[in-house]
Amino acid sequence: MFAVEVEKLTKIYGKGETAVTAIADATFQVSPGELVAILGPSGSGKTTLLTSIGLINEPTRGRVVIDGAAVADDGWLPGLDLKRLRREKLGFIFQAHNLIPFLTALENVMVALEINSLSRSAARGRAVELLTALNLGHRLYNYPSSLSGGEAQRVAIARALANRPKVILADEPTAALDTENGKNVMSLLKRLAVENRSAILVVTHDHRMVEGFDRIFHVSDGRIAGEKNNLEEVAQRHELG
Amino acid sequence: MNLAIRDIGYHRGRFILTSIGLGLLLGVVMSMGGIYRGLFADALAVLDATKADIWVVQQDTNGPFAESSRIPEDIRYRIAAVPGVAQASPLSFQTIQIERMGKPFRFFLIGFDLNGFGGPPAIVAGRGIRQKHYEMVVGRGMNMALGEKIHLGLHDYTVVGITGKIVSSGGDPAAYVSLADAQEIQFKKDNDAIRNDRERTGARVAGMHTLSPPQARLLQGDISGITESTHTVNAVVTKLAPGADLGEVKQRIGRWNHFRAISGEEQTKILTKGMIEKARMQLGLFRVILLVISAVIIALIVYTSTLDKIRTIATLKLIGAQNRVIVGMILQQSLLMGGIAYGIGYVLILLTYEKFPRRIVLEPGDLQGLFVVVIAICTISSFVGIRKALRVEPAEALGG
Ligand SMILES: Nc1ncnc2c1ncn2[C@@H]1O[C@H](COP(=O)(O)OP(=O)(O)OP(=O)(O)O)[C@@H](O)[C@H]1O
Ligand SMILES: [Mg+2]
Repeated sequence: MFAVEVEKLTKIYGKGETAVTAIADATFQVSPGELVAILGPSGSGKTTLLTSIGLINEPTRGRVVIDGAAVADDGWLPGLDLKRLRREKLGFIFQAHNLIPFLTALENVMVALEINSLSRSAARGRAVELLTALNLGHRLYNYPSSLSGGEAQRVAIARALANRPKVILADEPTAALDTENGKNVMSLLKRLAVENRSAILVVTHDHRMVEGFDRIFHVSDGRIAGEKNNLEEVAQRHELG
Repeated sequence: MNLAIRDIGYHRGRFILTSIGLGLLLGVVMSMGGIYRGLFADALAVLDATKADIWVVQQDTNGPFAESSRIPEDIRYRIAAVPGVAQASPLSFQTIQIERMGKPFRFFLIGFDLNGFGGPPAIVAGRGIRQKHYEMVVGRGMNMALGEKIHLGLHDYTVVGITGKIVSSGGDPAAYVSLADAQEIQFKKDNDAIRNDRERTGARVAGMHTLSPPQARLLQGDISGITESTHTVNAVVTKLAPGADLGEVKQRIGRWNHFRAISGEEQTKILTKGMIEKARMQLGLFRVILLVISAVIIALIVYTSTLDKIRTIATLKLIGAQNRVIVGMILQQSLLMGGIAYGIGYVLILLTYEKFPRRIVLEPGDLQGLFVVVIAICTISSFVGIRKALRVEPAEALGG
């Protein structure tokens, strides 16, 4: 079973003369544990691709299947609890870290767990474990405003991973970081993806960041143009994992 | 974890200031209610202290509180003789303003029959009036000490006792003297005026050619006796004999004696409905306006604090938080703010209400009612924020 299956996905913003086709007929599958980098110029449709898969942006046409569950077929399928699917199956990391300003690092991670019905103590345990693994054990009680960019982004990663999502969607997670911090964040993501067997789709415009990814999607004008497969490496990793 | 409380904790300075501001406003609303009740208590203070069943007043008037009522003092004996009346006692009322310690000093002077009733209620310090003359019992609001003297009319009066919070319907503090003293203060205070009057009637009578000089002198004496009579009172209050019918006695007094008899209940109505109605309505209106202002302010605060949290709300939606998490956060904050502001207002009014120049009566029912109204306002106001929050798209969390 694939983590993400997309078939003829099309997203058109607006109507009539001003309509913009942000994604056109995208078809691909991503396996659990697979690392996909999405590259492309500004305005090519990268974010739209992520948000359409991420149940934030309703696809205009085409099918989307997340972890075996069909969610869209020419628009959302009726009767879906999108929020529930988001909190159970998806993890999000964005350029701006999107941490809640009035919660500490620890609480920012705990909130994702608590809304997923974890008890407070269990949430706390898991959050501490994740943050410690991300070298943030000494920053548990800091508010986002007192964290460095790299630290904040690592907290966001911890939050995205908290519920062991099947799919992690990251939109330029390193854009606000310097090269070294960016590389650290990327390698962290890669490591965690493998450990959790989560599929990861990372949008980036920095070629230096994509080394070690299983596949690279080149998006231009809403089309996924080039696709470099590296399936052997994927197989190898999975054996290791 | 409770997001509402975490947010408040993070922005505690702002929250505390807002709550204090709102608390002051609610304190004013509470004091309005207290003044409103105090107006009643003040208006009825003398009436309640007198404990009369029937007030006999000048015909076609609404009694001494609402307008001027003058009846001869000796009427009391005729009233006392009416079947069903157990006791009848005369009362006189006058408002006095003098200079005291360089400031205008205004009070309500009640003259009563030392052997009758209608005198000061409970004496809290000193004693009641014992001598027929020149003793005085003052209400606490007069701020006078035992033994203090005050010059009224032609004499000095000594404070021998202090009674509770008794005031006129206008809120002036009240004092008691014997009826004879009260009449003296009322009528002898202006001897020059009396002399003038006497000369005028003398001249008129002397001008009547049909009268011989001795007749004229006699007539002048009679006229002066009547016009200068100091034996007038403002009301005769009565207590009914056990088992007597109020309506019947009232009718008898009204029919046979050509005076108006007002029951205690009617007197209450005259005082509350007639005299303080406008003030009451004004206060009520003011209270409503203040509540509307509070509602608008609360709604605005909730709305702006929701706007401040749009990104947080979008993030929560993005990570899949249920609507109840978001609604709960806004509603709880609004209720907490209302509750704390109410508490601040309450403490404030509790600490200050005795220092108000006019009486403030805090009725538990009023305060509870206000609490319910505040909670309702907070709930309704938070809908404005909630509506906004529920429309936030998770995609709004993505922007850089
Ligand atoms: N909400 C929207 N309404 C209308 N048009 C939109 C909307 N969001 C994106 N678009 C348009 O869709 C196209 C793809 O946008 P998208 O944000 O996916 O690009 P992107 O590849 O993520 O660009 P960038 O690298 O600058 O982030 C653009 O032409 C953009 O103007
Ligand atoms: Mg983008």
